[in-house]
Amino acid sequence: MDSELSEVRHTVQEALHTLSSSKDGVQISEALRSVRIYLSEMKNPVLPREREEFSKIYFSTFLRCLVSKLSPDWLDLLPAGQLEELWDSFFLEGPADQAFLVLMESITVTVGLSYRLMKMAQVLSRFLKMGRLAELMWEMCQQQVPRGSSLLQETLLSKVVCLPDHLSNQMKEQSPSLFFPQNYFPLLGEEMIQVLQRISDSLRGGSDCSICFLSQILAKVCIHGRQKEILGVLVPHLTELTQADCIWQRLSWRLVESVPDRGIEAVVSGLIQEAPGARVLSRLLGNLVMKNKKAQFVVTQKCLLLQYRYSTEVLQNLLGYLALDSYRRTLLLQVLKDLLETWGSSSAVKHSPVEQQLYVSKAILICLSHLKESEIDHIREELLTAMMGGVQCHIESSLPQVRHVGMIVAETISSRIHSEGPHLKFQYEENKLTRELLSLVNLKPDDASPPASGSPVVPAPAVQPACLSPEGKAHQEEKDKGSDSDLDSDDEFVPYDMSRDKELKNTKAPVYIRDCLEALTSSEDVERWEVTLQVLESLIKRNPAATKEVSTELAKVLLHLEEKTCMEGFEMLRQRALVAVTVTDPVQVAQYLTSQFYAMNYSLRQRMDILDVLVLAAQELSSPRSLEKAKIPGRPEPSVQLLPAPLTPSLNIVPSDGWRRVVEERIKNKTRRFAKGSSRSSTANGPNKFNSVVGYFFFPLIERFDRPLVTFDLLGEDSLVLGRLVHTVGILMYFAINTTAAVPMGKALLEFVWTLRFHTDAYVRQGLLYSISSILWSVPAERLLGDLTDELLETRSWLAAVAENDPDEDCRKLAMQALLLMEKLKDKFQIGSS
Amino acid sequence: MCRRLSLDVEKFQECTRLAVCQSLLFLPGRCSWISLPVMALAPPSPQFVLRGSQSAVNTLHFSCRSKAHSPPLLFSGSLGGLIHVWNLETRRVDTTLDGHAGQSVYWVKTLEGQHLLLSQGRDLKLCLWDLAEGRNAPVDSLSLDSVGFCKGSVLTEGTQGCWLLAVPGKDMDEVQVLDMPSKTSVCTLKPEAGAKVGMPMCLELWKPASSSGPLLLAGYEDGSVILWDVSERSVLSRLACHEEPVMSLDFDSGRARGVSGSSEKVLCVWSLDEQQNLKVCRTQELTNPGIADVAIRPDGKILATAGWDHRIRLFGWKQLKPLAVLDYHSAAVHCVAFSDPGRPGEQLLAGGSKDQRISVWSVYNQT
Repeated sequence: MDSELSEVRHTVQEALHTLSSSKDGVQISEALRSVRIYLSEMKNPVLPREREEFSKIYFSTFLRCLVSKLSPDWLDLLPAGQLEELWDSFFLEGPADQAFLVLMESITVTVGLSYRLMKMAQVLSRFLKMGRLAELMWEMCQQQVPRGSSLLQETLLSKVVCLPDHLSNQMKEQSPSLFFPQNYFPLLGEEMIQVLQRISDSLRGGSDCSICFLSQILAKVCIHGRQKEILGVLVPHLTELTQADCIWQRLSWRLVESVPDRGIEAVVSGLIQEAPGARVLSRLLGNLVMKNKKAQFVVTQKCLLLQYRYSTEVLQNLLGYLALDSYRRTLLLQVLKDLLETWGSSSAVKHSPVEQQLYVSKAILICLSHLKESEIDHIREELLTAMMGGVQCHIESSLPQVRHVGMIVAETISSRIHSEGPHLKFQYEENKLTRELLSLVNLKPDDASPPASGSPVVPAPAVQPACLSPEGKAHQEEKDKGSDSDLDSDDEFVPYDMSRDKELKNTKAPVYIRDCLEALTSSEDVERWEVTLQVLESLIKRNPAATKEVSTELAKVLLHLEEKTCMEGFEMLRQRALVAVTVTDPVQVAQYLTSQFYAMNYSLRQRMDILDVLVLAAQELSSPRSLEKAKIPGRPEPSVQLLPAPLTPSLNIVPSDGWRRVVEERIKNKTRRFAKGSSRSSTANGPNKFNSVVGYFFFPLIERFDRPLVTFDLLGEDSLVLGRLVHTVGILMYFAINTTAAVPMGKALLEFVWTLRFHTDAYVRQGLLYSISSILWSVPAERLLGDLTDELLETRSWLAAVAENDPDEDCRKLAMQALLLMEKLKDKFQIGSS
Repeated sequence: MCRRLSLDVEKFQECTRLAVCQSLLFLPGRCSWISLPVMALAPPSPQFVLRGSQSAVNTLHFSCRSKAHSPPLLFSGSLGGLIHVWNLETRRVDTTLDGHAGQSVYWVKTLEGQHLLLSQGRDLKLCLWDLAEGRNAPVDSLSLDSVGFCKGSVLTEGTQGCWLLAVPGKDMDEVQVLDMPSKTSVCTLKPEAGAKVGMPMCLELWKPASSSGPLLLAGYEDGSVILWDVSERSVLSRLACHEEPVMSLDFDSGRARGVSGSSEKVLCVWSLDEQQNLKVCRTQELTNPGIADVAIRPDGKILATAGWDHRIRLFGWKQLKPLAVLDYHSAAVHCVAFSDPGRPGEQLLAGGSKDQRISVWSVYNQT
């Protein structure tokens, strides 16, 4: 035995000696061949024991020596790359783990780009392409005593997973594309599938294997943030393989279960994202959440309550997974309770970002769609309590999204609690958000899991029937036509707009402002009342003098006007009339309106109307040209223009300017112009009418915000109105540009903002930030820096804090914007002074 | 640096505008989305308007197809008893005819070109005018017995200078047919005793290509339309198509289809089959009730209605597709008329209204 051992040793030592001393190609190749005998299994002139000895003791030493000899001259000692081929074969045919380790080691120790490095990288890429990684992992899986060789295992693990990093560190831009993470990890995934295949074969053959090493690799890759690459390969394969095969299912469960604790979050969250449906996820994970505390925490807490980055499909996967098994359904109920607790907590509503609230709400809706009647029976009371609390704090919020979300969730809960009988019904406008949420409600749990081949869950497009219906209608029409004997149609004529064809009203519209007053206050005649409101705006604009006599009275009537009948566009008409009054007699009416804003016995709606009117009037006053532009496309008075037409009834005469236009067009097309300035629309000029009255609009509004009335507490629960107020003063500030009052206004507004800067309502903060921007915009730079330096500096630090820490995204954006504006201001000032 | 600043300025203005818009439109608790209508062709305006009839316009009649040198004319009869002859080239009144003693004129019609004019007035007279060479006095007149508003109807026979005239008769429900200019009564058409159709409201004489005798369509007070065979003096068909009196009817002999309007909200289209039976083929609901007049364009493509709601409505005649609502008048429109078919692109539409104006339109002329 000793002699045999020494024979191996002898051969190796001899070969090493030859390698180190000889310069003769033939001699070297012979020495190499003599050692290579121990690698090949085919001819088998050596005993297995000898081979084992060689691979255990001498192989890596020998490889290192080979690496050290590597140089272009050395390889050229024999022609036609024979030596190179021989050299490569040691790395590609020998035991994969050692070869891999030596390769990696020699690559990492090489300094700088060199021939050797390139050669090593080339061999490594051949190594990878030949599937030696699978060999390596398979070897590790077969070792029954992972504890003993843990050091080797650890080293291999880190080398395998960090290969792209090592390579790119060494080779910089020269790194072959195979070693890029986006290419390497899918390859690794393929290799893992190969190994799993072998493991499953050997399990079927009755022999034991450990899957531990694969799990560790998977965990490590996922921890390194390459979930997408590796799971993108693994999941589709596993999905297919686990479909009908329970051994594969067990294999997949074991693979995830033996993931070490620190990697479990990365692996589980990766799988949740990559799995094409809840059923697949359930096949891949098994009952992992029940066995592994960490996994349970990740699935039930972290993914749902602590993070909010996943898409709706992922949420559906996750909750669908929980719902698919009767053991896990207890978790689903627990999750729902936790979610509802978060949803219903007023502090969470106030302080967490809108996106997260939306995420939690979506999760609740999905949970509810998974629950069965019997399960809901058990938790009915809890659901009711949670809903009651939650809906209140959602509806109180001043952000419309939050309110909508609250309404929809509450509606859904109430409809689930009382499946028959009346349930809650809120009014909200339909938009993208509400449609998305409602589509989640109507999703049946069975739809939630698509077939195994399936793409990610797409809510069934509700559009389709809608698309079909017009066709159906057309069909119907065709039928109608068919019954008619006359088959030809009137399609040659294009209809004109007939939207103005309304029913004729008999009542005469009033012609005098005072009549309007009377009609609006005392008239029992509903039609007269409506007609009055419709003509009021134009009447006011036509008779400014008459309006001024009764302006305050008129404003008062309009402010208190209530919708008597279901009249189309009532809000708009009333608002426009009020704006017209304000514009006509700004001082009186603005004084009246601002005083009423803080008066008793107004509803919040009326107070907000006051703000709207002030803003619109300010806009109209400050820009004379906006008079035309700002006209909202409502219903214009029927106007008729007589066409300039030739004096004969014959229309065949070409209109004289028609040909002129054609000719001009042609000339324009054929003419090349060298200096072509952009055509500027001439701006209308005129004195700013807002200048003299801006104070009446602005100052009374910010005077008394901190004095609560019995029914109106701006700093308390009426923060919605406060938000509107802040926005309003910001807009007024913006319109006050170029007015003399801008500087004192800016000063007052800065103080106002300063007192409110830590308000908890995001909407109010948005208004404050907007106000800051308008101050920076409207107040002249030199006055700003001269008179308000301290305030400005304080504001700036506040803005910086908001831009960094505010939970609301819009707030952060607005703060950034204000900061940028400040920077510009500074630049401008520097330019001005230099 | 300056350019950068100015760019930033623009950007900021954009932002502010956005913010203003947001705060105005999307503030929480407010559903003030402004919905813009789908843009359709803006409704047309009149080509020109004839003012100066000095009282409500009751009836209109074009006379454009004439000898080369005479201008296209429009005749209008007014509440004040005057007949105005409008020259459509100068858009002025050429002649004013006064022959009804200040009583409302409610039917005018030319015969044989532009020179022979027939007018019917509330003074219970039907005047015949010869306008050639600048004359402006009635040459003949016929006294009528009916005090209603029923317009007459004329059918020019083949022989030169002879024509049939249908006018309401002496008895309440009678229609008299006369041979003109001899004024001899051809027949009196009276529904059977129990029919209770009320007064005739509108008449339309026509002669189908197939049959020899002239036919008469008459709309009655009870809302029915009766088809008379004039030579046989018999009722061929009776169709009760309205609940209210038939105000006006027009018939397209080419398609054997007619249309009638009443004081209701509905326009009724009926057809005449080979067995000379009238039957309703479709009805068209309108926005406002009351149709004073209907007219089918001579080329059979457009139907116009004069509404009490101040509007003239246009429909495709084939399928009754609503095409336009001409909104110009400020009082009820009493009559609509199309010009005689000239070349395509020259067909005018005129509407006469209680507001004393005549609006002239040129719509759907491009073919």
